Amino acid sequence: MSQAATTTWEEFMEGVWRQNPVFVMVLGLCPTLAVTVSAVNALSMGLATTFVLTCSCLLVSLLRKLIPKEVRIATYIVIIATFVTVVDYLIQAISLALYDALGAFIQLIVVNCIILGRAEAHASKHPPLTAVVNALGMGVGFSIGLFALGSVREILGAGKLFGFSLFGEHFQPWVVMVLPPGGFFVLGLWLLLFAAWGRWRQRRQGAAKGVTQHA
Amino acid sequence: MTIEIRSAPHIKAPRSVPTIMRHVVWSLVPVCAFFVYQYGLSALASLLVVTASCLATERLFVRTGTQAGDIGDFSAVITGLLLALSLPPAFPLWMGAVAGFVAIALGKALTGGIGFNVFNPALVGRAFAQAAFPQAIATYSPSFLPGRFTEFVPSSLAWPLMQPADLMPWLKERQLDALAAATPLAKWKFEGVLAGAEELLTSLSGHMAVGPSPLLILLCGSYLAFRRFLDWRIPAAILGSAGLTAWLLFALSPERFPNPFFMLFSGGLILGAVYMATDMATSPVTPKGMWLYGALIGLLTVIIRYYSGLPEGVMYAILLANAATPLIEKVTQPTPFGKSALARLGQAKRGASYPLHPGYISREEAHAVTPKKRFLRNKPKPEERRKPEKSS
Repeated sequence: MSQAATTTWEEFMEGVWRQNPVFVMVLGLCPTLAVTVSAVNALSMGLATTFVLTCSCLLVSLLRKLIPKEVRIATYIVIIATFVTVVDYLIQAISLALYDALGAFIQLIVVNCIILGRAEAHASKHPPLTAVVNALGMGVGFSIGLFALGSVREILGAGKLFGFSLFGEHFQPWVVMVLPPGGFFVLGLWLLLFAAWGRWRQRRQGAAKGVTQHA
Repeated sequence: MTIEIRSAPHIKAPRSVPTIMRHVVWSLVPVCAFFVYQYGLSALASLLVVTASCLATERLFVRTGTQAGDIGDFSAVITGLLLALSLPPAFPLWMGAVAGFVAIALGKALTGGIGFNVFNPALVGRAFAQAAFPQAIATYSPSFLPGRFTEFVPSSLAWPLMQPADLMPWLKERQLDALAAATPLAKWKFEGVLAGAEELLTSLSGHMAVGPSPLLILLCGSYLAFRRFLDWRIPAAILGSAGLTAWLLFALSPERFPNPFFMLFSGGLILGAVYMATDMATSPVTPKGMWLYGALIGLLTVIIRYYSGLPEGVMYAILLANAATPLIEKVTQPTPFGKSALARLGQAKRGASYPLHPGYISREEAHAVTPKKRFLRNKPKPEERRKPEKSS
């Protein structure tokens, strides 16, 4: 039992950390760059994607033995599109302002390559529980990635976080951060940070094993 | 006898990257001194802070990365000084530091350090500052204010991350109006006021909000061109093409467009033409390419100034031309001796192209020994040499 629990936990953490969709796989960049102008937008986009991802992975996993191989992609798309429509109407009902802010990117979750990729590479080959846990992990990882971008862009671009002013009213907003180039700058900075951290950890592990590194 | 075959250049001078960069810095000293004389303490602090920020960033990336060069080669100093000269003198110091960091990090370190940069680092920093802080970069302060050597312009001492103070009340205290804090280009674009070419040339008169004197920059630049530290073709092409375009438009409708001298001597055109466009890593190396590159910058500058919402267009013109540099180099390869169109007439096949390999150019600069090709045809082969020994 404990063996199964650790497997599930690892399955979950795979998407959150080791295979993070934004920082490691660098997938789904279109919403990552476009809607991360503020932390709220980023988080709600992440949650919407997580919902679609988890539900469609569950359904794909349940139907994995029924779906003919030849039409699997089309079937996945229909399943994903169903849940995207649900999310689309849900967000419209909850907050129209948020719906306007996210714009076409809610509908575009359909073509988010993370979701189709998970359905194809994981959910269609694993039982429902594993598929759902893995999809949840991926969704959380995606949300973390979006939040990392959105918070930095909101702090520098508006001096706020979740709409609360951090630096007082005399803050000088960095206009470029809420413009498209800002998204690329911040994503690049995060990738640089993670790459540097990964290299540092590798070097430390190498030193612990007594392996000499030639830089 | 061995004959060594190698391509030009055959005459070399013991001239390294730090030597060139050092001379550019020396030639910038009078320009910076005049800038400080115009704007006082604020300009001095801006020059120092921006340059220090560039140097610190260069050190950081050279140390942590595996990049060539270090702060000893003076290239980061040039970037810092040029960036500070292109920013308004009373630009908030913390924004200047951010611009300096971005200039080196984004403009230079990202693509691999000195010699590998695609865009002029100083202009990358300035473009970032313009995109991030459009209000502050459009706020110029008037030159030759009384008491400029004893007190800062209030906007330059803004707290980090905070907005600079509004200059208007400070200007009113000194009996100056808002127009004094606008550059001649902005005045022409938004108010229709035209400054004279003579006062622009020296930038000595009144409280004009201008950069260092174009005349001084031309003098310092001609020293560099005379010593062959920069190629005179690039500034000549830029000024020629900008002047020609402006003159053509002026001839077409004198009431709509200003005279060509105003175009040439206002804004940062001279500084950009002499010091920024001539950056060796980002400008073409072929002579024909230099003319083309300069003409492109001049044309784009005038077009941006006349037809866009921005008063000044030199920065974007140079950045665009930098992006076009590889293409320009490709289409303007010089014809090798014996491969001219006349010589080709008899041949069915066109002559092969000889692309100038960037690695080859940098090896020349670094005094590395070029691989020697020996002319082997007249040399007896080892077997042939052995033959007479056997027969005898």
